[in-house]
Amino acid sequence: MSVVFVMAPIALVLAGIAVGAFVWATRDGQFDDTETPAHRMLFDDAERRDEPELTEQDGHPET
Amino acid sequence: MTADPPDSDTPVVCDHCGLNVPPALLESAAEHQFCCGGCAVAFETIRGSGLDDYYAFRDRLAEGRQAARGAGKGYASYDSEAFLDRHATPTAGGYQSVDLRLEGVHCAACVWLVERLPTIADGVVEARLSLGSSRARVVWDPKQTSLSPVAQTLDRLGYAPHPARDASAHRAREAAERKRLTNMAIAGALAGNNMLMAVALYAGVFEGIESQFERLFRWLSLGIGWASLAWPGATFFRGAWAAWRARTANLDQPIALALGIGALVGTANVVLDRGEVYFDSLSVLVFLLLVGRFLQARQQRWAEEAVGLTLSMTPDSCRVVRDGELTEQSTDALEPGDEVEVRPGELLPADGEVLSGQSAIDQSLLTGESRPTPVAAGDPVFAGAQNVAGTLRVSVGAVGNATRVGKLIRLVEDGLADKPPIVQFADRVAGWFVIVVATLAAANLAWWTSTAGLSEAIESTVALLIVACPCALGLATPLTMAVAIGAGSKRGMLIKSAAVLEKLAAVRPSTPGRLFVDKTGTLTSGRLTVEHWTGDGGLRRWVAAVEADSPHPIGRALLEALGPAEPSELEQVRDRVERHGFGVTAETPVGRMLIGSPRFAAEQGIMLGGDVAQAIETAQERRLTTVVVALDGQGVAVVSLSDELHADSRARIDWLRSAGWRTEILSGDTAGPVAQVAQGIGLELEAAYATVAPEEKLRRVREATAEPQRLTVMMVGDGVNDAAALAAADVGVAVDGGTEASLAAADVYLLEPGIGKLVELVDLGRRTMRVTRRNLTISLGYNLIAVILASAGWITPLVAALIMPLSSLTVLASAVALGATTKANEQN
Repeated sequence: MSVVFVMAPIALVLAGIAVGAFVWATRDGQFDDTETPAHRMLFDDAERRDEPELTEQDGHPET
Repeated sequence: MTADPPDSDTPVVCDHCGLNVPPALLESAAEHQFCCGGCAVAFETIRGSGLDDYYAFRDRLAEGRQAARGAGKGYASYDSEAFLDRHATPTAGGYQSVDLRLEGVHCAACVWLVERLPTIADGVVEARLSLGSSRARVVWDPKQTSLSPVAQTLDRLGYAPHPARDASAHRAREAAERKRLTNMAIAGALAGNNMLMAVALYAGVFEGIESQFERLFRWLSLGIGWASLAWPGATFFRGAWAAWRARTANLDQPIALALGIGALVGTANVVLDRGEVYFDSLSVLVFLLLVGRFLQARQQRWAEEAVGLTLSMTPDSCRVVRDGELTEQSTDALEPGDEVEVRPGELLPADGEVLSGQSAIDQSLLTGESRPTPVAAGDPVFAGAQNVAGTLRVSVGAVGNATRVGKLIRLVEDGLADKPPIVQFADRVAGWFVIVVATLAAANLAWWTSTAGLSEAIESTVALLIVACPCALGLATPLTMAVAIGAGSKRGMLIKSAAVLEKLAAVRPSTPGRLFVDKTGTLTSGRLTVEHWTGDGGLRRWVAAVEADSPHPIGRALLEALGPAEPSELEQVRDRVERHGFGVTAETPVGRMLIGSPRFAAEQGIMLGGDVAQAIETAQERRLTTVVVALDGQGVAVVSLSDELHADSRARIDWLRSAGWRTEILSGDTAGPVAQVAQGIGLELEAAYATVAPEEKLRRVREATAEPQRLTVMMVGDGVNDAAALAAADVGVAVDGGTEASLAAADVYLLEPGIGKLVELVDLGRRTMRVTRRNLTISLGYNLIAVILASAGWITPLVAALIMPLSSLTVLASAVALGATTKANEQN
């Protein structure tokens, strides 16, 4: 029996996992607001610049 | 910049918002300059909390400048149990969470500032702001703080908070969008995998393939195909079935027909190991159609959410007299018989009767009357009206749904429920489509049976049915609408339903429509301006000085036209007495001055000389608002004012008329100003109705829609008094500054007052329908070619696989071109 008979279902299972992850992310509300997070990212950057010691010490700049 | 002298050429800009500071507010001694009190408070709060970074972000990110406009009120009612029960939800960790709508959110820097709330306000755990909908979720610890100081902090920053009243509708919309997104993603994954199977099978056709692999891929394709039909594709079968039961046609029917027949024949072919599988095409079809629908739904939702941004008509909270003391409480908890205090600038929370105090109230949202009405003890007042002048004590008569506003809202709901469902253009076409395709298929079957035999006949007919699937049309229509709605909202027209565009496009000179316009806000700016001054020009500055502090619209119009008043002159005005709705008297260096209505002047025993009396008569004949200026008992000047007509109202009304719209004015205002506006835009007086009550507006619109000719009826308005009529009209258009009720009722919300946007809207509707028709032609053209090929027996899987994406791509390009032309128009 050829390897194709094994690989094709495995590929489909992998695709199923990806779809499952997407459905989870959607239910989690990660696609509800696609505008604001793009801006938030810029602010995180600016804060890290302001607080260099904190970033270097423990890598948790969000506090 | 802080030490700029006031007389320098460069205008001084506000240190908070960057707008110019009006000369009257310049304080040359101060370190910082502000354009308004709101900005000063916001600047102080931001500085005090060490959040100066805001200004750096703002300069980098904000395109426009906007002054901070906090409401400056207390939020004590936010702590009441009634309020928390309705709007707050407990979250994990013993915290409370509330959704608030914020006014004044205008750029990404606002997101930064609002989300720093935990560092400014003690006890706030988290604040998340969504920029698109100005909706903030605030989580706070009830053990450390209550909600009112949090709300107050937001207010001080310039973001006046309001509880999100449509929270449940918002959640429902969000859930629906998540479902659509999930379905689209699943359809996409299935289509992608099925294409891989198809690639293997096509490669097999050209290169040769072992039969065991071919069978494997055919069965996998079958499985994936059925999954995409049964899960995301089920929506087409449901839609087709619902339409079938309602004995109507929609686009789902030909789609479901092609999907169903393709799936059945494909299954038979796989099981019997012969012929075409079709499932790859079916999966891709489902995916593309869902993409189109998702995009349209998302655009419509954005428009709807943005419309929801405006405020409610009654205040969230009010001050009630309880046991002789004033307490602030939620308006929901108000009962008939309560006594409430309403301060200047506030909205009345309920219907009732004035107990004490003298003031003027602005009922324009309720009645359309543009000028404030004076009220005193014993006068009835209505919820939603604004108190303009003095503090009032009001005995509450009716609350909530029993108020006049509440009843109007019910009328709106009834109007919306009565609205006939719209048969969309594509659905109308679909009806014919089904008939034509069915006829062709039957003819094809008969022809092939008689000439070649049954099995070939079936094969050729199935191929015909599948290639005749209107997939390009099914994709193009929602996509064109999505592009149109998106283009509209970029230009200040929020369109809640795509069907509106079709209805607007249906009106042309040969099939006219009727347009009802509300006067204030649409045709006029709703602001009084000085038209004419008769008398000694030297007195103007003293008139401005006397009116400098007046809250009355006429006083403000006089100050604007004749001022600004110099501070040195303001100091010389003494003994200023204002009687609301009548006029004002004051001591000035040039003598005792009276400014007021002719009636007030007569009451005060003013002598009116020949010139002055003549001027008053002329002004009143021209239906202008007339104000008399008198010095020491002698009339010396006459000012006439009018509600300013938007500069281009006339030209635009003419354009609309040439486009087939019969224009009529329905105004709640008095006859004089309405006639003046009608004259200004070149309308016959018979088409201008004054003092029209809300119920009558509704009646007139209903009558117009019930006429046998079925003319399209468009209603434009802004107030609560228009809301019911907006709901009943075929196309309800609310203009900026409107109230919640009118926005809920309207199909379109224009972000700019004036008739200009209306012209753009009609134009957008026409262009959208032109593109939709073009797409229809293209898509039907492709279908026609495919059907001819199929009935001739020339269609091969490869040709079918090429035609479908090709036709879809053509209509896609055509739909996107609509957005491009809209943009080009914008630049012109």
